[in-house]
Amino acid sequence: MTYLTLFWTFFKIGLFTIGGGYAMIPLINAEVISHGWLTEAQLIDFIAISESTPGAFAINIATFVGTTAGGFFGAICTTLGVIAPSLLIIFLIATFFRRLTDKTVVKDAFFGLRPAVVGLIGYAFLSLTAQVIFHGATVTDPQSFADVDFWAVGLFVFLFVLSKMRFRMPVLKQKYPQVREYKRVKIHPILLILVSAALGILVYGVILQ
Amino acid sequence: MNETSNERMRIRDGAGKFFKEILTLFFTFFKIGLVCFGGGYTMIALIERDVVEKRKWLTTSEMMDILAVAESTPGPISMNTATYVGTKRAGFLGALACTFGAALPSFLIIFALSFFIEEFQNLTYVGYAFRGIRVAVLVLILNAVLKMFRNVEKGVFSILVILFVLLISLLTDFYVIYTLLICAAAGILYNFVLRAVRYTRGYKKR
Repeated sequence: MTYLTLFWTFFKIGLFTIGGGYAMIPLINAEVISHGWLTEAQLIDFIAISESTPGAFAINIATFVGTTAGGFFGAICTTLGVIAPSLLIIFLIATFFRRLTDKTVVKDAFFGLRPAVVGLIGYAFLSLTAQVIFHGATVTDPQSFADVDFWAVGLFVFLFVLSKMRFRMPVLKQKYPQVREYKRVKIHPILLILVSAALGILVYGVILQ
Repeated sequence: MNETSNERMRIRDGAGKFFKEILTLFFTFFKIGLVCFGGGYTMIALIERDVVEKRKWLTTSEMMDILAVAESTPGPISMNTATYVGTKRAGFLGALACTFGAALPSFLIIFALSFFIEEFQNLTYVGYAFRGIRVAVLVLILNAVLKMFRNVEKGVFSILVILFVLLISLLTDFYVIYTLLICAAAGILYNFVLRAVRYTRGYKKR
């Protein structure tokens, strides 16, 4: 029975993930955390782990939740569940209804869905921020925001600025090694996570001890 | 007698080629799943490089069409793209090969890791590190929200939908999927009304 629930839950998550990657977070919030398969803190940690391991976020989180909730077969159920909607819908579209996504009804539905997803992830961001920076405050209760982790606020501002900065990177050209060209790149998410880990140890392990 | 055996040979040859094609699809996407860090759009860049540039299975414009479909259908974009490429190359079996190929590395790695994650996090200094990492994840999510906001068609309707969704999530425990369905219906209704209004206006002018 649990296996069926796991499959069905992730089938729904796969079916209502509009867009890539983080568009899943609101659905994970609603479906997985309410089942007690994962806590909010575990979800945040897992996002970091998923960023630093290969593969699509969808498969990573499905496998992780499946394994913790139901072992190997649980993981198979959740992963198949999250893949199944893509497989069915895209196969049908590619084989029979090539022009389905040109239909105005589908376009109009997505005209409403895209801003909705922005709102949902925006809310997920707010509630996770409340969890991390305000020690588990609930968004609707202003009183619970009194307990602020100012170090985390500082860290947040620093990391946000860092993620927006562009760095000069030399472009290596094998033909003309003497010609130096630079391109401006943003910091890679994995590097950002490594920096934050070092700062976390510095702040919570050294300064605040 | 001779003809039927030739026919058989041809069928067997075709089946062999098909089987080989399926295996190639599977391993191409397995490799993509294995080296792709960051999911979603990173994977699409890799698929483009391997499928369009290296193997020339699809042209750039075909790939653009596939991406448009993958973005405007439900399901994670990376899986949608993998399924579509597989279907185009070798039908349903091709779709299975590509999708499972892309998913298998993640599955194996995360399944193996999930036994260590908790014990790993219980180490004192790893715990401190994760207090910093959580803040970094917030930054990553915020950047994702900002990027998605930039891709939304700007207008009164979009802003209203975003505010509606934010408010309904903040104030109630309304089920996420119902919220999405309502917004999809609102998008259809809004465009229907818009078209009707434009149509009648044009009619009057004439």
